[in-house]
Amino acid sequence: MTYIVKPRLHHPKLPINALGYTHRDYEGSISTLCAGCGHDSISAAIIQSCFELALPPHRIAKLSGIGCSSKTPTYFLGQSHGFNSVHGRMPSVLTGANLANRDLIYLGVSGDGDSASIGLGQFAHCIRRGVDMVYIVENNGVYGLTKGQFSATADKGSKARRGAVNTDSPIDLVAMALQLGASFVARSFSGDKMQLVPLIKAAIQHKGAAFIDVISPCVAFNNNPESTKSFDYVRAHNDAVNQLDFMVAREAITADYAPGTLETVVQHDGSMLRLRKLAPDYDPRDRVSAMTYLQQRHAAGEVVTGLLFVEEDHGDLHEFLDTVEAPLNALGENELCPGQEALDRYNAAHR
Amino acid sequence: MQPTDIRNPDYFHKVVDCQWACPAHTPVPEYIRLIAEQRYTEAWAINWESNVFPGILGRTCDRPCEPACRRVRVEAEPVAICRLKRVAADNKGDISPYLPAVPKQKNGKRIALVGAGPASLTVARDLAPLGYDCVMFDGDAKGGGMMRTQIPRFRLPESVTDEEVDRIVDLGIETRYGQFIGSLKALLTEGWDAVFVGSGAPRGRELDIPGRKEAAANIHIGIDWLSSVSFGHIDKIGRRVIVLGGGNTAMDCCRSSRRLGGEEVTVVVRSGFEEMKASVWEKEDAMHEGIPILNFLVPVEFTHDNGKLTGVLFEKVKAEFDEKGRRNLVPTGEPHQHILCDDVLVAIGQENAFPWIERDVGIEFDRWGMPKVDPKTMQSSLPNVFFGGDAAFGPKNIIWAVAHGHEAAISIDKLCHGEDVNDRPPPGVTLVSQKMGIHEWSYDNDISNDLRYKVPLRDISVALKDIRTEVELGYDDKLAYLEAERCLNCDIQTVFNGKLCIECDACVDICPMDCITFTENGDEEDLRTRLSAPAINLTQDLYIGNSLKTGRIMAKDEDVCLHCGLCAERCPTGAWDMQKFLFEMTQAGPACRSR
Ligand SMILES: Cc1cc2nc3c(=O)[nH]c(=O)nc-3n(C[C@H](O)[C@H](O)[C@H](O)COP(=O)(O)OP(=O)(O)OC[C@H]3O[C@@H](n4cnc5c(N)ncnc54)[C@H](O)[C@@H]3O)c2cc1C
Ligand SMILES: Cc1ncc(C[n+]2csc(CCOP(=O)(O)OP(=O)(O)O)c2C)c(N)n1
Ligand code: SF4
Ligand code: SF4
Ligand code: SF4
Ligand SMILES: [Mg+2]
Repeated sequence: MTYIVKPRLHHPKLPINALGYTHRDYEGSISTLCAGCGHDSISAAIIQSCFELALPPHRIAKLSGIGCSSKTPTYFLGQSHGFNSVHGRMPSVLTGANLANRDLIYLGVSGDGDSASIGLGQFAHCIRRGVDMVYIVENNGVYGLTKGQFSATADKGSKARRGAVNTDSPIDLVAMALQLGASFVARSFSGDKMQLVPLIKAAIQHKGAAFIDVISPCVAFNNNPESTKSFDYVRAHNDAVNQLDFMVAREAITADYAPGTLETVVQHDGSMLRLRKLAPDYDPRDRVSAMTYLQQRHAAGEVVTGLLFVEEDHGDLHEFLDTVEAPLNALGENELCPGQEALDRYNAAHR
Repeated sequence: MQPTDIRNPDYFHKVVDCQWACPAHTPVPEYIRLIAEQRYTEAWAINWESNVFPGILGRTCDRPCEPACRRVRVEAEPVAICRLKRVAADNKGDISPYLPAVPKQKNGKRIALVGAGPASLTVARDLAPLGYDCVMFDGDAKGGGMMRTQIPRFRLPESVTDEEVDRIVDLGIETRYGQFIGSLKALLTEGWDAVFVGSGAPRGRELDIPGRKEAAANIHIGIDWLSSVSFGHIDKIGRRVIVLGGGNTAMDCCRSSRRLGGEEVTVVVRSGFEEMKASVWEKEDAMHEGIPILNFLVPVEFTHDNGKLTGVLFEKVKAEFDEKGRRNLVPTGEPHQHILCDDVLVAIGQENAFPWIERDVGIEFDRWGMPKVDPKTMQSSLPNVFFGGDAAFGPKNIIWAVAHGHEAAISIDKLCHGEDVNDRPPPGVTLVSQKMGIHEWSYDNDISNDLRYKVPLRDISVALKDIRTEVELGYDDKLAYLEAERCLNCDIQTVFNGKLCIECDACVDICPMDCITFTENGDEEDLRTRLSAPAINLTQDLYIGNSLKTGRIMAKDEDVCLHCGLCAERCPTGAWDMQKFLFEMTQAGPACRSR
């Protein structure tokens, strides 16, 4: 929380994107979160990603639930659509919005409490339906907004600032997303924008349910050394399986890599993800072995990060339901009320 | 890169761009904050301490600080540092508590000051309170040097000059006005402990072209003419006037002419308008008074009718660049241009002249006829003779004369105490946290988006009527406040402590100017290319912090930092702090001595 508004002045040599914007044009109002909160870094990564992709801000909808993490959409993309829903209910509002207007880019922002505690059911169904969205969980292992109670993602044995020890088994949202059929699954860390920004960009370009679990230390309640969601712990136990170095359209491959160290993923829109392998045997296209790897490393106390799973041509909810191509607000009276004859035909089909 | 040593006083001093650029190193942001609080007397005192002539400089300074001002790099125009100084001088209250006490008991050392311009006056101001017996000689009838004799009253009212000269003379300086020193040799036989030469650069450059002698009655050397105007010996000029030259003297000549009957006054310069030596604002002021400036015209002849000047003939030239990039003026081949006039003012440069210094007195001169003077100590090759102001290195300006005066005073004080004058005293430096609460600072850290405020002018019809009417009205309280708020407080430094940093990126994310980067170390050239925003201004340092847990470094590009303090507000651990860096030049007195 600061008393002054962020100055309008900016660096005179800031890069501008294809739309003529600088990254400052993708900011929102000034954050009211605690100084040093990991969530603010994730906001900065989202800003950077949308700037680099040159997205028109008015074509983005940001939706969230309740929590410090769910407050963050106010602090980025000030020119985009926004919806602050009820605690844990972001997924169903997002699903509805997406069904009504498939032309927008949907950015669901949630917390570990919002998604793994009260909203666990919503999370699960939204993922398994394959809603075309980016679903980001800003995961700090606590309910930050209500002063630091453990959330369902806190590891067993992890200690909070005041010394309380978590005795429950953790929910791993990444494991759940894999099991529930998400077609893009990643984990990252708020303190590593080099890794996070390309992942967010790839997730935005992915068609289908893209889920990113971002470990995001709560400096107020859960950043002590004995917490497994602290800056120090994550830095010491980070097991990055790959590094998404850059994305290009379907063009010539320029950079030189040793054979076998590079993984290329072509997305539905033709964009190519260039993954530099860090764990040589990790295959981000194999859902089952990814799940196994995750379990093994977690048991060893490691935090696996990177692009963990991607399925290029999975499709999304609109394809599965064979919905109309146009957003509903673009349909005219004739399409919306096709008349008695059409209704009769429809009813007859259900007799 | 090596971590930055912020204990080196130069490091943070450079960040305060204006103070670094000021020859006298006036603590600019410190006085600007006081002006915003309407604490004019204290703001005046800071100026008086550093630059001795706040009222004069607040109207006339060459302002090397302004082009250096950070505001130029983040917006368009600098803070009006100079005119804010005038606000302090014009609105000050009782200043007596700030004046030094002059000891009744003198220290027995006698100092002769040749010339009563700003350089000598500064030496006197610094030394008199220490008990020195200062005797100031000037051929003129009053003190002030060119500040009084050259700068026209419509820019600098005589009352302001009187006030600021008297304030120094009243410290017990013995003045010998009307006494021109005709021989340094003779002066030296009088047994002074030190002699300071602040005699200026008194000679105007001649223009020897056909017709000069014949039409001499209506051809005047600019600086001689201006001083005659100052003394009241001249009070009119012809209807059509040509001013030759493109420096500040030319600007004063043409504007003075407009007030003494010149209706068609034209400035003519040899080279291009852009390359003119005059400050941008002086050119603007002249053009505002209806004075055209013609360029690329070289005078070749004064035309006359039996000795009565009729005009000036000019050759048309253009600029051409040779393969080394040097500019040459070459004739265009077009016919000469004849401009008719009644009077010509020649303002094409100023020169030094030391006819009164015998060449065998022990002072070495170089081949351009200038004395050899040490730029740090102001000492000549005769150990007890010092030079300063325009006499030392050729014509400059008032603030340089002041800066020289301070240094010479230190040297004289050390010499008289048997110390090595080359052993210069370090500056006084303090660095103090400005934190008042979690988000509260003891300075106003909000950033003003306002553009530079214009100084209100007197209506031109009134201004041109009388050469003694000051043109600028100065800022009122409200404008002064708004202008002061544009200052970015560059002396409130961002101080980084890597041991406290948890690398959460909060400062990187909030910084409105993309100043901060955490990255792998490298050499400077490499680092500058991989920061959050390109660091291409090589005159501005990178602040490097180390001791980070990940082994990376913190690199902050000082170039466009707004000193808004948001990095420190967002830091959860206090690794960043906003600390006020006060840099004060040490002046003559016990603090400058080593014993
Ligand atoms: C037309 C004009 C306009 C200017 N405008 C500005 C301006 O706006 N801002 C600015 O900063 N600067 C300006 N300057 C420059 C500035 O006036 C000088 O740089 C400054 O005054 C130099 O100070 P000084 O102490 O070296 O000597 P000066 O001010 O030149 O004083 C020297 C004094 O020494 C006396 N003297 C010389 N020889 C002897 C001797 N042998 N015995 C006794 N007395 C002697 C002279 O009579 C004179 O009074 C201007 C100059 C000119 C010519
Ligand atoms: C229906 C309902 N139940 C409980 C709450 C209280 N509440 C507010 S935020 C929150 C937890 C938020 O935790 P998380 O999503 O992890 O966000 P964080 O603050 O940690 O970022 C809870 C339980 C609420 N607002 N609404
Ligand atoms: S309480 Fe925790 S999660 Fe909430 S703003 Fe503060 S640091 Fe961030
Ligand atoms: S902004 Fe203020 S402190 Fe900074 S250089 Fe300009 S006048 Fe000086
Ligand atoms: S004070 Fe800090 S946040 Fe503000 S511009 Fe400077 S480095 Fe950036
Ligand atoms: Mg949480």
